[in-house]
Amino acid sequence: MSLGSDDVKSIAHLARLEIDEKNIEEHAKTLSSIIGLVEEMNAVDTTGIKPMAHPMDISQRLRADEVLEENQRELFQKVAPETKDGLYLVPQVIE
Amino acid sequence: MYHTKTLSELSALLEAGDVTSVQLTEHFLQRIKNHDTELNSFITITAEPALKAATAADEKRKAGKAGPLTGIPIAHKDIFCTKNIKTSCGSKMLDNFVSPYDATVVEKMQQAGMIILGKTNMDEFAMGSSNETSFFGPVKNPWNTKAVPGGSSGGSASSVAARLTPAATGTDTGGSIRQPASLCGITGLKPTYGRVSRYGMIAFASSLDQAGPMAQSAEDCALLLNAMSGFDPKDSTSLEKDVPDYTADLNKPLDGLKIGLPKEYFDEGLSKTTNDIVQKAIDEYKAMGAEIIDISLPNTHLAVPVYYVVAPAECSSNLSRFDGVRFGHRCEEPKDLEDLYKRSRGEGFGDEVKRRILIGTYALSAGYYDAYYIKAQQLRRMISDDFTRAFEKVDVIMGPTSPETAFNIGEKSDDPISMYLSDIYTIAVNLAGLPGMSVPAGFNNKMPVGLQIIANHFDESRLLNVAHQYQQKTDWHKAIPEQFK
Repeated sequence: MSLGSDDVKSIAHLARLEIDEKNIEEHAKTLSSIIGLVEEMNAVDTTGIKPMAHPMDISQRLRADEVLEENQRELFQKVAPETKDGLYLVPQVIE
Repeated sequence: MYHTKTLSELSALLEAGDVTSVQLTEHFLQRIKNHDTELNSFITITAEPALKAATAADEKRKAGKAGPLTGIPIAHKDIFCTKNIKTSCGSKMLDNFVSPYDATVVEKMQQAGMIILGKTNMDEFAMGSSNETSFFGPVKNPWNTKAVPGGSSGGSASSVAARLTPAATGTDTGGSIRQPASLCGITGLKPTYGRVSRYGMIAFASSLDQAGPMAQSAEDCALLLNAMSGFDPKDSTSLEKDVPDYTADLNKPLDGLKIGLPKEYFDEGLSKTTNDIVQKAIDEYKAMGAEIIDISLPNTHLAVPVYYVVAPAECSSNLSRFDGVRFGHRCEEPKDLEDLYKRSRGEGFGDEVKRRILIGTYALSAGYYDAYYIKAQQLRRMISDDFTRAFEKVDVIMGPTSPETAFNIGEKSDDPISMYLSDIYTIAVNLAGLPGMSVPAGFNNKMPVGLQIIANHFDESRLLNVAHQYQQKTDWHKAIPEQFK
């Protein structure tokens, strides 16, 4: 399967990723060749094989729902682009 | 001079009082200053805090509280969060990011008393096999500065090979420790998935990522792995398993060791000279009493296709956190929230990262999920089962680490597929969560060639034993590029 410019635009939108208009065709070409590589998978019949999500085939450990971390909001917000009164600021969302 | 010494040799010198940690640290900082403009293996150099830490290490030693690694310098791949030190992950996205906390690996190496010289260059977000995707420019291979060092832990490999640091940390998602170790002629180990904590290690593909040591020898890797490993409650995929002393088995004789040679690792894709060098290493093992057994890993050819679904899918999900809101790059004057997300990400990420996010987003999108992601996970099990069957018959598997020696900068950067195929022998190990190593085994045209050794889950001790015994019989790992001697 090959991807065209419109496909790349819609995938980029899903990923919230701006792609330069002049690079879209190049991306379509490269992504198509990667998908071509990936589709070598289709030559193998995998009926009945259980998908493997974890390399050791185990599920993730859970812990008790206890507060272990102390609040370090100020420290963590020091690296933020814009904050006010302990909140992260973004352009206005609701009119 | 100090830079030609292994960790255990440096440790002995420190213990005997023949050198102080401050002297060692000054020596390596000077070497970085003299040589790194040429190699570009460091993104950040932390001279001042390093000297402060070295002074403290010397006092600790005087007080009789030193361990084997106390006072020895190390460099960390810039993927590990380091408190109060820039942690860029090789990306413009994090060029302004000073981490508010330490990764567990960094914390553990500090507890062991090691001194941080700086942060090493890498492919952006660890996506690449040549270190050319770094926002901070390509790293050069000290054996030929026109060639790549491999990637993604290219800065770590290059700096250890040029002896600018005695050791470095790396991470390996599809070969990112082993391939650069091979291309730069050093020893690198990717542990079993879950052996080393991923906390504070910026995530690329969470079911594959694993941190490990890069150094001059297997013995050095054992010392580093002792300090690095262990259960960490802060990493939900960290495994609760005791850490053995990885130096304990180094000297075990190899008599009767069963070595499996997968026929798929010696096919037409492998260069003849690399093949000859690997065969010669295997002859060395025969002479040490090992038994060679021909095996097959029939699904090897599927590893690269499967990886390029699983890794991008996990990457597209992991990298969604870089949104210009809480940390990292933010675009100028966003007109609304969507514009903020799109432009911050579009400006912050380089081309290879964008490619992988797009592929992953596509593979996970409605209507394609089963055809790509589920299919890849089914094949992942088949690849993993190949290894399970092989380890019923053999103790370790051997082959080349990389199909060829270091290629030239620019040679593959326009052709992602041929770049991806340079990890053809390393990727399956990550998919199966196994430990793997690359050990220097010779030179082709003055460029290093690595031997890959793969062991069963949690069998790092055997891996290190097998590599160490080889390094007792050969001195490929001691070779230093002429201009960095």
